[in-house]
Amino acid sequence: MADMTAISIPAEVPRQKAPKPIVPRPIVNVSERHEARVAWMLAAPAMILIVLFIVAPVIAVITLGFTDFELGYSTFKFVGFENYAELFGDRTFRQSLWNTAIYTAIVAPASILLGLGVALLIESETVGRSFFRTAYFLPVASLLVAMATVWQYLLHPTIGPVNSMLAMVGLPGPNWLGSAGTVLYSLSMIGVWQTVGFNMILFLAGLTAIPRDLYSAAEIDGAKSPIDRFFLVTLPMLGPTTVFVTTISIINAVKVFETVKTLTEGGPNKASEVLLFTIYQEGFVYLRVGYASAMTVVFLAVLVVMMFAQYRLVDRKVHY
Amino acid sequence: MSALSITNVTKSFGDNHILKGISLEAEAGEFIALVGPSGCGKSTLLRIVAGLEGADSGEIVAGGRDLTRLVAAERNVAMVFQSYALYPHLTAGQNIAVPLAMRNLTSLQRLPMIGSMLPGQKAIRKDILRQVTDMARSLKIDHLLDRKPGQMSGGQRQRVALARAMVRQPGLFLMDEPLSNLDANLRVHARGEIVDLHRRAGVPTLYVTHDQAEALSMADRVAVMMSGSLLQLAAPEVIYDDPAHIEVAKFVGQPRINTIASRVDADGAVTLGTWRLQPHERLVPGTDITVAIRSEFLSIADMGTPGLPAHIERLEFLGSEVIVYTKLDAIGESMVVKLAPSDARGLVAGKPVTIVPQGERLMVFGADGARLRADLTFTTLLERAHG
Ligand SMILES: Nc1ncnc2c1ncn2[C@@H]1O[C@H](COP(=O)(O)OP(=O)(O)O)[C@@H](O)[C@H]1O
Ligand SMILES: [Mg+2]
Repeated sequence: MADMTAISIPAEVPRQKAPKPIVPRPIVNVSERHEARVAWMLAAPAMILIVLFIVAPVIAVITLGFTDFELGYSTFKFVGFENYAELFGDRTFRQSLWNTAIYTAIVAPASILLGLGVALLIESETVGRSFFRTAYFLPVASLLVAMATVWQYLLHPTIGPVNSMLAMVGLPGPNWLGSAGTVLYSLSMIGVWQTVGFNMILFLAGLTAIPRDLYSAAEIDGAKSPIDRFFLVTLPMLGPTTVFVTTISIINAVKVFETVKTLTEGGPNKASEVLLFTIYQEGFVYLRVGYASAMTVVFLAVLVVMMFAQYRLVDRKVHY
Repeated sequence: MSALSITNVTKSFGDNHILKGISLEAEAGEFIALVGPSGCGKSTLLRIVAGLEGADSGEIVAGGRDLTRLVAAERNVAMVFQSYALYPHLTAGQNIAVPLAMRNLTSLQRLPMIGSMLPGQKAIRKDILRQVTDMARSLKIDHLLDRKPGQMSGGQRQRVALARAMVRQPGLFLMDEPLSNLDANLRVHARGEIVDLHRRAGVPTLYVTHDQAEALSMADRVAVMMSGSLLQLAAPEVIYDDPAHIEVAKFVGQPRINTIASRVDADGAVTLGTWRLQPHERLVPGTDITVAIRSEFLSIADMGTPGLPAHIERLEFLGSEVIVYTKLDAIGESMVVKLAPSDARGLVAGKPVTIVPQGERLMVFGADGARLRADLTFTTLLERAHG
């Protein structure tokens, strides 16, 4: 009996103690699991949309880029890197890469600098500020396809007002959109016209966010001229805005399509072939979806590489 | 010749007359606190002195130079802002160096890259670096020189702002509420430091604050501003003990000075409820006046003692003193009495007592708020009016 009680007591003790730590644990587990489920549920719509509209199309494009799929044919086969091999021998594609690069090299810097300049002018102006803001933003808000017609008229070699005005001062007007030597620059000009307003609005927002006290401090610290204050305060404080504007401007320039499609159709003689237009031609006119997909992959790769390069180079320097 | 003289400065924004003719003189090495409620125009005056804002009229002369028509950069003034206004993209060291670089380097020499290749700039840069390091060391912020403002605490930022202002011996020092963004402990500590720095540098200083305690404790002289006018400019003790205007008396001192509105009787005496104050010199009968006395010049006696009968409403124990809030029985006015804790023993809310003022501490102000010197001649403390 003594033995039995001796044994039974220690056996009792853990049995009574054990439930205490066990009881809360399932509750924690249940609530944790519940929380995780809610988290997934809340994130699901965004994740589904991202997969549906970003991940899936990208995968589809990459996959199609390895096939010889053509619209209208029911079968296709995988051809490996054949499309890419063809791409780099394709003179049209190389021309359009080059043209896009030139177009971007003109439009992005010009629209950034002009946007900044206009924003500074408007910011320092007290009268008519909203008028100028609206005037410069109008091209952004207007339908480019409709405005293209206006440009076509303005730049028309014989009846266009631009050349009429040049003729008045005795200058021979070029065939702006019709000659291979000028067409890319004319399109660039239209591109700048279209983008300046947008960049200006972004810069204006950036300027408004600069604390006024910094300008006061700069004046006291001896920054006598507006130029001194611009380099001491405005420019560095606009750093994050400038990175953003640059990113957007480059992407928009690389994506140029509407003006080319409506005004020049890539001509004359492929002088205004740009990436998106070439892709459009291959995919929707010649219906070579596989080939167009390979081009799109290159196009995406160019953008991604540029963005990464930019963030690596600039981003760390301008944020404080 | 005074180190700074501001003469009749006015300023309006549209129809708002913000400064209504401010005149002020500071002696060499003097620390003047400009104090007043928010929105009374202190910052505007300071910005006009700095050259950041133009005055509508008036003159500013400092160190014998007429500054009125000079731009801020040419005035040789330094300023500390409430927001500190540090350049967020520059490190503390670079921030402190800005005033030196802007003055000692040409705009070409300041260019990044190209600037460092120009002749002559190396010695100047070295000199700037030395001055920045010295300044930082004297303010004990030399370990912060490589940090950007975003990586510093409020107190550290405030020191960097001070260093930036002091690094190039300015002719005049302007500070616009430099301590109001600090927490209470740090603020009291920083007060002493700024006074110390001022004493060492010996530069005349105009210090703006809305905190009367800060003004009284730091300044050689205090200028009290109200809605665009300077009401009094005097030493802190004078501002406190001998205010020239009822608004000055009310603004300065904690708790706020006790006031009772009254009217001069036909015989030139003043009636407070059932009590009459008999000044030696007659006040003009029939004029509205305000009688004021600070809480520490009142004492509390048992009911029945000659004085003003009152009831205690509540007590505030503050450690070294007790604030007693009372209401006068006769006229229902509140009276605040500041007592030593030993004198407050036995006092409880609701208790009827008598308040006894020190007669020579009573002040009388006219209807326009200006001080009437008649109060100095109260002879008899209080005489019981019969009835
Ligand atoms: N640039 C300005 N435009 C219009 N009103 C202003 C301007 N600057 C200050 N004020 C007005 O002037 C008054 C005094 O301002 P301020 O000098 O900053 O007061 P304080 O520094 O004493 O608080 C305020 O009512 C303010 O609204
Ligand atoms: Mg202010």
